[in-house]
Amino acid sequence: MADYNLPVPVPQPESDFYWEKAKAHELWFRKCNECDKVFFYPRDFCPGYHCKDVTWVQSSGKGTIYAFTIVHRSPPPFREVCPYVAAVVELEEGPRMPTNIVIDDPTPENVSIGMPVEVIFDDITDEISLPKFKPV
Amino acid sequence: MADLSRKAAIVGVDESNEIGKVPNKSRLQLGSEAAFNALDDAGLSLSDVDGLFVAGPSPYNMAEYLGITPRYTDGTNVGGSSFVIYVEHALAAISAGLIDVALIVHGEAGRSSRAYAGDDPNMPGAQYEDPYGLVIAPHGYALACSRYMHEFGEERTRDALAEIAVATRKWAQLNPKAFMQDDMTIQDYHESRWISWPFHLFDCCLVTDGGGATVVTSAAVAKNTRKKPVWILGSAEGHDHGDGILQQADLCSTIARETGPRALGMAGLTHDDIDLAMIYDSFTYTVLITLESLGFCGRGEGPEFVANQRTAPGGDFPMNTNGGGLSYCHTGMYGMFLLLEAARQLRGEGGDRQVKDAKTCLVNGTGGTLSSTGTLVLASD
Amino acid sequence: MADLSRMAAIVGVDESDEIGKVPNKSRLQLGSEAAFNALDDAGLSLSDVDGLFVAGPSPYNMAEYLGITPRYTDGTNVGGSSFVIYVEHALAAISAGLIDVALIVHGEAGRSSRAYAGDDPNMPIAQYEHPYGLVIEPHPYALAATRYMHEFGQERTQNALGEIAVSTRKWAQLNPKSFIKDDMSMEDYHESRWISWPFHLFDCCLVTDGGGATVITSAAVAKNTKKKPVWVLGTAEGHDHGEGILQQADLCSTIARETGPRALEMAGLKHSDIDLAMIYDSFTYTVLITLESLGFCGRGEGPDFVANQRTAPGGDFPMNTNGGGLSYCHTGMYGMFLLLEATRQLRGECGDRQVAGAKTSLVNGTGGTLSSTGTIVLAAD
Repeated sequence: MADYNLPVPVPQPESDFYWEKAKAHELWFRKCNECDKVFFYPRDFCPGYHCKDVTWVQSSGKGTIYAFTIVHRSPPPFREVCPYVAAVVELEEGPRMPTNIVIDDPTPENVSIGMPVEVIFDDITDEISLPKFKPV
Repeated sequence: MADLSRKAAIVGVDESNEIGKVPNKSRLQLGSEAAFNALDDAGLSLSDVDGLFVAGPSPYNMAEYLGITPRYTDGTNVGGSSFVIYVEHALAAISAGLIDVALIVHGEAGRSSRAYAGDDPNMPGAQYEDPYGLVIAPHGYALACSRYMHEFGEERTRDALAEIAVATRKWAQLNPKAFMQDDMTIQDYHESRWISWPFHLFDCCLVTDGGGATVVTSAAVAKNTRKKPVWILGSAEGHDHGDGILQQADLCSTIARETGPRALGMAGLTHDDIDLAMIYDSFTYTVLITLESLGFCGRGEGPEFVANQRTAPGGDFPMNTNGGGLSYCHTGMYGMFLLLEAARQLRGEGGDRQVKDAKTCLVNGTGGTLSSTGTLVLASD
Repeated sequence: MADLSRMAAIVGVDESDEIGKVPNKSRLQLGSEAAFNALDDAGLSLSDVDGLFVAGPSPYNMAEYLGITPRYTDGTNVGGSSFVIYVEHALAAISAGLIDVALIVHGEAGRSSRAYAGDDPNMPIAQYEHPYGLVIEPHPYALAATRYMHEFGQERTQNALGEIAVSTRKWAQLNPKSFIKDDMSMEDYHESRWISWPFHLFDCCLVTDGGGATVITSAAVAKNTKKKPVWVLGTAEGHDHGEGILQQADLCSTIARETGPRALEMAGLKHSDIDLAMIYDSFTYTVLITLESLGFCGRGEGPDFVANQRTAPGGDFPMNTNGGGLSYCHTGMYGMFLLLEATRQLRGECGDRQVAGAKTSLVNGTGGTLSSTGTIVLAAD
């Protein structure tokens, strides 16, 4: 972990809870109690209809790949880990989030839109565990 | 709404003295060269400028470098579309009577910069995109493109992207200032290396140094400038998410779906009235979905629209006649260069690449990750 | 020039839910809280907003966070004056008919931010100021103040700075939202520790967290908002050097010498018509030379102008009645808070610190290092 040299997110106050839960290997989203929309990224109000009655809900961690790219060219420090799959995953609860799809051989034959995936957590530092996804 | 049509005109445009690979010029140098050149093109000078519009360096830093003290500045930075959006902002300030002469400046050592400022670690992208290696523009755009392929067919999408890349290169071959002038076939496109699947190298814009500047003035000032004015008939600005891709609800369209109709409505023109389309081409995919979003064709119909080199020299839909960000010049923020080419074509200064009788042009800038658009409708007398 | 006077009004203002030391809120949270609160103050909602003006985060990032898709944005960042300057920019866009409801937002975790973006190493100050340790605002402002002392007398200058610090604190004691309310005597001022000679601690603004927002609408919309409108009578923007001090030709004045007269002229008012002055007080020295630059007194006459607690509660020149950046709140970009207080005073909402019969206010924001100014003249009916 000490030699992890890719970017480490700095949690912001409105996302402290998100990262605390990630550290416990749980994925939580904000939900609007008025329109029932589960949304990402976390804010203290619903970005849809701007109501402030929002709560936190735990995600099943299951979803499908919504879109992806297999990155062959990237500046340092990501240059060292190419090729890798960067994707947007759509969770069962509705929200979409950027992430990585963790597979051994990142080729278009092995990744596809609609593919079922589930969350895994990469403990990149003592404080931060990064939610990623693997094919089910 | 106040009738803003023809209240202001583009009266001067130019690049910096050199564009492409210019390791001996800083960003501020490139911008200031372009400013001098564009003002010269207009027959005006820096002392005539009362409004300064610039993205990248803050306006007061650019003003200091140029040695001017503008009474109106705009430094809105919503990516490469900013310069197109500035045309509307300048129009507003001119219409309000606050300024007469707006200088829009861009300079970027996109290829040769000796140092870089870090991104803001407090923004959402730093938490939710950067850690996953979504760090440069091709990544987010390629990701979006995969969704289009899924919805509308991979092979026809790929063929469409190739059509755009090849057509744009043909235009570049007619522009002496273009950075890449080698022949490119459809096969060359498909065989070029992967940058970020599904993007090949030839899906991606250049990375060059360069500067550009545009002078926009009131109609009164435009009467006495050196060349014939290029009138601003319509303008619109829009945004539907921030600089990343993480909040883009529809990966297969941009907010040009709103700014296109609004700009055309303000101009009182329809798609059929447009002689030349200048469409931001950070990536081939940007062009494909922008044409659809603007309403030149329907959703998912872009591949047929651009088929058979329709946008190439000799085709019936001339587009990106300077060679675009794909083959002419792309500093990281390409919007300025759309304005330069539109003005030159409408003046009849396009040389070998001149679109015959071009009287109207639609310009669409896209900024961020398909995030913001500025659409303009321009016309010569 | 189009007559812009009274074409737009401030109809809503507020801070974030908390200001001061707010370690549990991000910049974007503070800004969004203030936006909700100011819109509520106006009786409007986010869905009414069609123009977004914000310095710091790019407008499209702030819009994304708020969940809105504005058709006009302005992200000009010329330091803490930006928010005052936005009033003119919003006025231009409203006057041009491009928008009806402008939301100006500010949020900054000035005290508690968890991370910082690096400065751009390509800008002149990175070569010509930073290597010498001119790295935070007190350094160059203090440097400028030495020149004033040299030209106009050290002791009388230091006494004037003491007068400003003490009178501002007295106003802060009347504002429940102020960060510092302790008594301050002239002796306390002179004995406070050196920050950057000749600046004592009490010459320098606070460093706090906070957000603020202001809603500006067309006159038509202002007729139906919750509270009485505060009309924008006059505006002006100016810049005479970049963000650093290295190109400031005259260290003893700011470009308020141009923006003050221009804003007053547009308003059709003169200095003696102004009931309340809201003057950006990043430092005591900023106030001293701004009063001179604006023309409230002559060059070098500031010390006599502010003598004998003339700007304090009960004095005949009420100034910075919220307690200012010196004692109420300063997030790093204070300009927004000038607008809040001016509006509240003109509405008569200020309780213990209310300036009796205040009908007009002159607001002057200063950004960068004495670099940019925005002056506006506001009035209640």
